[in-house]
Amino acid sequence: MIEIRSLHKSFGMNNVLQGVDLNVESGTSTVIIGGSGTGKSVLLKCILGLVKPDSGTILLDGEDVAKAERDAFLARFGMLFQGGALFDSMPVWQNVAFRLLRGSLKRPAAEAREIAIEKLRRVGLTPDVAEKFPAELSGGMQKRVGLARAIAAEPQVIFFDEPTTGLDPIMAGVINELIREIVVEMGATAMTITHDMSSVRAIADRVAMLHGGVIRWEGPVAEMDSADDPYLSQFITGSAEGPIEAVR
Amino acid sequence: MILTAPLAALGRSTLGLLASIGRVAIYAAQLLRHMLTPPWYPRELLVQILQIGWLSLPVVGLTALFTGGALALQIYAGGSRFNAETVVPSIVAIGIARELGPVLGGLMVAGRVAAAIAAEIGTMKVTEQIDALVTLSTNPMKYLTVPRVLAATLTLPILVAVGDSIGIFGGYLVGTTRLGFNPANYLHNTADFLETWDVVSGLIKGAVFGFIVALMGCFHGMNSGRGARGVGKATTNAVVSASILILAANYLLTGLFFTS
Repeated sequence: MIEIRSLHKSFGMNNVLQGVDLNVESGTSTVIIGGSGTGKSVLLKCILGLVKPDSGTILLDGEDVAKAERDAFLARFGMLFQGGALFDSMPVWQNVAFRLLRGSLKRPAAEAREIAIEKLRRVGLTPDVAEKFPAELSGGMQKRVGLARAIAAEPQVIFFDEPTTGLDPIMAGVINELIREIVVEMGATAMTITHDMSSVRAIADRVAMLHGGVIRWEGPVAEMDSADDPYLSQFITGSAEGPIEAVR
Repeated sequence: MILTAPLAALGRSTLGLLASIGRVAIYAAQLLRHMLTPPWYPRELLVQILQIGWLSLPVVGLTALFTGGALALQIYAGGSRFNAETVVPSIVAIGIARELGPVLGGLMVAGRVAAAIAAEIGTMKVTEQIDALVTLSTNPMKYLTVPRVLAATLTLPILVAVGDSIGIFGGYLVGTTRLGFNPANYLHNTADFLETWDVVSGLIKGAVFGFIVALMGCFHGMNSGRGARGVGKATTNAVVSASILILAANYLLTGLFFTS
């Protein structure tokens, strides 16, 4: 379980997170929604230790992540980055097997390659993709490779940063389904940030809305539509009218 | 206001400069610490030795060849004013080994390598590849910076040694074909006056310049701003700062090595 307690983070005068409180139960899929620039990515990066919070605590299974042993802690995580963040200097299979080729999970290259090809197959890619370089792949394929890399070392927690951004609606649907299937199949805890409502409905068990630096609303996805929070309603319907100011 | 504005601007830029020096110093200290502690990535080191060392050979070699030739012409022209044309071989050798080999080699490598490193790491930064490395339990400092800095520090002395030989050969070519030197005498003169320390001091300079080049490339890449503009600026800053630091370090090292 991930517990976030009064998390604060500012960049200069910009107070991005102003006391975020959130619980993510093990084995559940939580989707964090919110407008662009509300600090969704910063929240994920705080949990991973990529950004240092100004104050507040983050507990993973009761252990403070700031004090945890970094390598062991990160070994429990997988992350799909918004743009894929594939290493363009190495072929696809080495990207997927990156963690298996070095560090504490290191194993023989042939075995790592087998696992990579298996994970690529799991995300719907054929083995011939393994030898290609990321730049040779389409956006949808890069996302799939990123997904395969995120799950390669069988992490307990997987983060998805805007998994459908930049994809056509059908490809977005395919990626949403894949994420849902994989998370259920692995029994992993998933945290997704997105502003794509079709993603939310496909992936989420629970939904949390980040607005004004705090969690504005949190609850099961089934209750999302009937909730009487004007901010949430405006976000779900995508209306220009409402409490969230939209600059025209 | 009007009177204090220039002072404020001066203060701001001075503070900015000092802060940058501090950041580079902290970065360098972290780098040295990571160099000494595992894990190491020998495969990455090998790749960087090829990238930085081997692929810089043509640039450094051509620079040295032309510089050696030009130096021979200049010293001949200058020396003839007081009938000292015969010093051409020895001055070419000393000038190349002590100064021009390491400095010009370092500057050429700064242009080629610091720019390439800053652009590569800067692009990795803006496309979140650096963050991805961290989430994959790999320290970017160990995986990206250490191999590049080590490779540059190890290969630049070799590049300088090759550059020295080619530069002296350039002087020899010009001396024997255009200035009428006897080939055997030219070589004899070169060997007689060149001391081991002339060459070794140049090689030490090379190692220091290599360290500077890769450090600046990595530092500016890691601190690159967003987008194409950010990476472009990081690349420019890497080359400019590496070049200036090389020239400053050269002065300090020359003072250290050759003044008693």
